[in-house]
Amino acid sequence: MQPAGRGAAGPGVTDASAAISRAHQEQWTRLVATLARRYGVDLAEEAAAEAFATAVERWPADGVPPNPGGWLTTTANRKAIDRLRRENRRDPLQREALMLTDAGPPEPLGAIDDDRLRLIFTCCHPALAMEARVALTLRLVGGLTVPEIARGFLVPESTLGRRITRAKAKISNARIPYRVPSAQDLPARTTGVLAVLFLVFNEGYLATGPETDPIRPHLTAEAIRQTRLVRTLLPEDGEVAGLLALMLLTEARRPARVSADGLLVPLADQDRGAWDRALVDEGHRLVRERLATGVAPGRYQLLAAINAVHTDAADARDTDWSQVVALYDQLVRLDRSPVVALNRAVAVAEVDGPDAALVVVDELGNALDRYHAFHATRAELLRRLDRRADARAAYDRAIALAGNTAETAYLVRRRDELG
Amino acid sequence: MQYLVSVIDDRTGSGTPEEMVAIDAFNDRLRSGGHWVFAAGLAAPESATVIDARGDEPILTDGPFVESKEHIAGLWIIEAPDLDVALALMTEGSKACNRRVEVRPVLA
Repeated sequence: MQPAGRGAAGPGVTDASAAISRAHQEQWTRLVATLARRYGVDLAEEAAAEAFATAVERWPADGVPPNPGGWLTTTANRKAIDRLRRENRRDPLQREALMLTDAGPPEPLGAIDDDRLRLIFTCCHPALAMEARVALTLRLVGGLTVPEIARGFLVPESTLGRRITRAKAKISNARIPYRVPSAQDLPARTTGVLAVLFLVFNEGYLATGPETDPIRPHLTAEAIRQTRLVRTLLPEDGEVAGLLALMLLTEARRPARVSADGLLVPLADQDRGAWDRALVDEGHRLVRERLATGVAPGRYQLLAAINAVHTDAADARDTDWSQVVALYDQLVRLDRSPVVALNRAVAVAEVDGPDAALVVVDELGNALDRYHAFHATRAELLRRLDRRADARAAYDRAIALAGNTAETAYLVRRRDELG
Repeated sequence: MQYLVSVIDDRTGSGTPEEMVAIDAFNDRLRSGGHWVFAAGLAAPESATVIDARGDEPILTDGPFVESKEHIAGLWIIEAPDLDVALALMTEGSKACNRRVEVRPVLA
């Protein structure tokens, strides 16, 4: 049946909601970033959210405007100014402060990229607590809603809302500048941004919490989307490319990572045909690009290279383990953390055998006694050495400490297989 | 914009001559950069008096308003255009006085 006009629930609604979600994907960050330069991050977020809420009301009835981005910008600016006027009447001091942030002439078009970088660096400012940086980045840069973020990190919505409110108040009260850091500070500040994005990705990929989904794809997808954005804005930064490659090569394995009955599937047992080839290829391309520069790789580039070796093998038995160990040797020089040493030991087991690896692992016991992966790794090595009772005890410790439901299920099965 | 910088210490009168020289040099840098507003060391917290004059009669209490292992041993008020500048300055300040410092915005 052909609709004669736009019925209330006809194609207008479908078109409009598709257009709104597309606009949200494409325009949210730009919108908040541009508004934040004029009005500060707090007002920017509110005005952007109101503009989208207005689009939800209007577009199904009035039709999608020919230039959705322009419509949203105009609407959001009007909302911000309305709000300013209302608040100004109460507080002339705030008005003055807000006028100051609006002192500059209109920026040329290329400034949009700078605005997005400013927004990211502001949300990841080192004077904010890590959990505040994560929440702000997901809300302001990513456009995730408070309930979505709260669900991602298993905190009550009210807690997350307060966290965001407090962080925005600090940005405004302490005057955290809306600025891309100076060349001198840029590498350290970029490292800080990457740490936030990596944390979001990891929480999505190995989600913690009893009786929750083992993988939260909305977090991994958002982390990748934002890392892509940072890469567009800082194309020369090797570590940005490295983190993106690392995420892509990890995300590529997601379809093979949890079995139909909800168990984590270790790398060696994964169905490699189920991996996302496009993501693997893109990750490999990035790793090769970085190798070709000849610049000494940083931490993320090395982790990406290790993942490239794994994803390069058509079968787990074809893995070039000595290459993996060599890359870990480089990584250990940059990062002395016991977790890196533990991961290196897993590769050592493949090259030099489980006895050699167990010696290395046992030395890490003091530092990693509270880390489930330490006990899981020990358990696997003890199992290969046929020390069943020791292996069982190690699995028990790992199970008690693991937070991911699929991982716990996998460890329980491994332990029970010991008989 | 002004920031109050509190110097955090767990002892009193513990400053060394070397620290005093470093603090003087740091204060000179603050002055020449136009960031200096005020700086002072504080006497021991036990010498404080708390006044509560909200009632009919003012009540005086001997000692600081909060007893804690650490206290404020001194302070700066600095002028800086934003938090990044204030943090960069007071990273030097923390080195100079060899103490942790807290940077807190002063409401205009």
